[in-house]
Amino acid sequence: MSTTVIDSKKAQQPAAQYSPLKEFWRNYKKKKVALIASVFIFLLIVIAFIGPYIAPYDPYEPNYDAILEGPSAAHFAGTDEYGRDIFSRLLVGTKISLTVSFSAVFLGLIAGTILGLISGYFGGRVDKVIMRCCDVFFSFPDLLLAIAIVAILGPGINNVIIAVMIFSVPSFARLVRGATLSAKENVYVEAAKSMGASHTRIIFKHIFPETISELIIFVTMRVGTAILAASGLSFLGLGASPETPEWGVMLSSGRDYLGTASHVVLMPGIAIFLTVLAFNLIGDGLRDVLDPKIKNS
Amino acid sequence: MLKFVVRRVIEIIPILIIVSMLTFLFIHLIPGDPARLVAGKDATMEEVENVRHELGLDKPIVVQYVDYMKKLVTGDLGTSLTTSLPVIDMFKSRFMPSIYLTFLSMIWATIIGLLIGVVSAVFKNKWPDYLGMVTAVSGISLPGFWLGLLLIQLFSVQLGWLPTGGIDSFKSYILPSLTLGAGIMSMIARFTRSSLLETMQADFIRTSRAKGLAERTVIFGHALRNSLISVVTIAGLQFGFLLGGSVVVETVFSFPGMGRLLIDSISFRDYPVIQSAILLFAVEFIIVNLIVDILYKVLNPKIQLNS
Repeated sequence: MSTTVIDSKKAQQPAAQYSPLKEFWRNYKKKKVALIASVFIFLLIVIAFIGPYIAPYDPYEPNYDAILEGPSAAHFAGTDEYGRDIFSRLLVGTKISLTVSFSAVFLGLIAGTILGLISGYFGGRVDKVIMRCCDVFFSFPDLLLAIAIVAILGPGINNVIIAVMIFSVPSFARLVRGATLSAKENVYVEAAKSMGASHTRIIFKHIFPETISELIIFVTMRVGTAILAASGLSFLGLGASPETPEWGVMLSSGRDYLGTASHVVLMPGIAIFLTVLAFNLIGDGLRDVLDPKIKNS
Repeated sequence: MLKFVVRRVIEIIPILIIVSMLTFLFIHLIPGDPARLVAGKDATMEEVENVRHELGLDKPIVVQYVDYMKKLVTGDLGTSLTTSLPVIDMFKSRFMPSIYLTFLSMIWATIIGLLIGVVSAVFKNKWPDYLGMVTAVSGISLPGFWLGLLLIQLFSVQLGWLPTGGIDSFKSYILPSLTLGAGIMSMIARFTRSSLLETMQADFIRTSRAKGLAERTVIFGHALRNSLISVVTIAGLQFGFLLGGSVVVETVFSFPGMGRLLIDSISFRDYPVIQSAILLFAVEFIIVNLIVDILYKVLNPKIQLNS
């Protein structure tokens, strides 16, 4: 006669709790390319913090004995037209490029999310006014709007942040509005309303969480766009000042030496390309994992 | 159909008016006294007051806007502060090269993007798909100004096949157009792939296969035809990306177009030119979006845009 032995300890344990975070991680770690891109961005963020301390040379100090030298053991990425070490400038520039793009997207995210939540939740005239304002901003191509804003405010890194933020706001507002419109139809929102919950509570406690997954995907993609826009503005001479080790500025100042010392252009270009590529790959991976349409297909 | 076109045209009028207000306010939004900015730092008070009177800045703002609109309607965009030429004359020589460049980029990007997207979808999860999608994601991530410089280095400096900049012949359009179209091509490729894969799941495709149609007929005759509508629309909506990108690309290639003129005007603080160039770009973008909307309706009458 067979007997079934029941582990009393296991039997007493409650069933494993469902955790959306665990489920996300289980799915995300299957996306190898996105995972590698995430590690790259993590390292980049670390470099942004420690870059100035580990840079082998002073990124601002000219060295007229080492002008336009190619990559070597002494200078991994070569030197620029003032003999400054390009590798050190790239390390220090990581912080500038990431700070500009992260702050612009973060500020755009906050403003756009609030406007989108208000527009989608209240509807009616408020919705119309906010969406028509967005339409006006959408009438200007992104980069041109940024150029116009910098033309008004004047060149400078802070004004680039403001410009990139402003052109991000309407996109965030429209995205969040769409998600809010579908989230407010949920029964639990109706229940919260009938229980007398305030608008603020309903918006932030019940509706906002529904928009998060779409926002995460969009933010990731948007950081890539912001890096391209900010470095583009700097390349055009509208962003950081010429001596700043910002990647777009480095590329711009190096273009006169393209024929004689192509590494001056190559290195900052690779840095921008790999960073934007990594953000786009993470965005793709997140969309595969978080977007319900793709996830269920 | 006519009703729809008329309604869409009427709908853009308030947007055009607000855009004109914003571009009108442009000169007033610049921190400091606009008359002082235009007259220059070293100008005397009398000179500043003369400029203020000439530009009509001493009138009430509503009157200034009405005057601005009156001039705009008659094609008077003001006078350049650097060349003293009418702004409209400066635009005449710059506008068409930019239009050619933009459309050339759009045409090749759409054709190649479609091709990559179809190949990727047909060979899903095989090496042509991986190659196509790596190309596409790289194309989206490439900074246009960097790609332009690399192309100059290869095709102009090393091989000597194509000019580094300016406009001499059709050859001058090749590198700027390749640079400008790379991003759009990548977006179209990605969108075509996903749209085609989605269409391939549809019932009518299953029916076509069940009828015993050749796979080629199923893909090109049925699936692609249905995906094409949304792909062409997406391509049209990306036009703004091209307009923005043209500013950077024209600067890299010293291409005498509208984008280059805008950047030069910003560095010379030539406000009347900046103001009108931005207005022109916005109007161009609004009109293209309108055409795309109408095309969408023409291509797919099932879709009700007002719903």
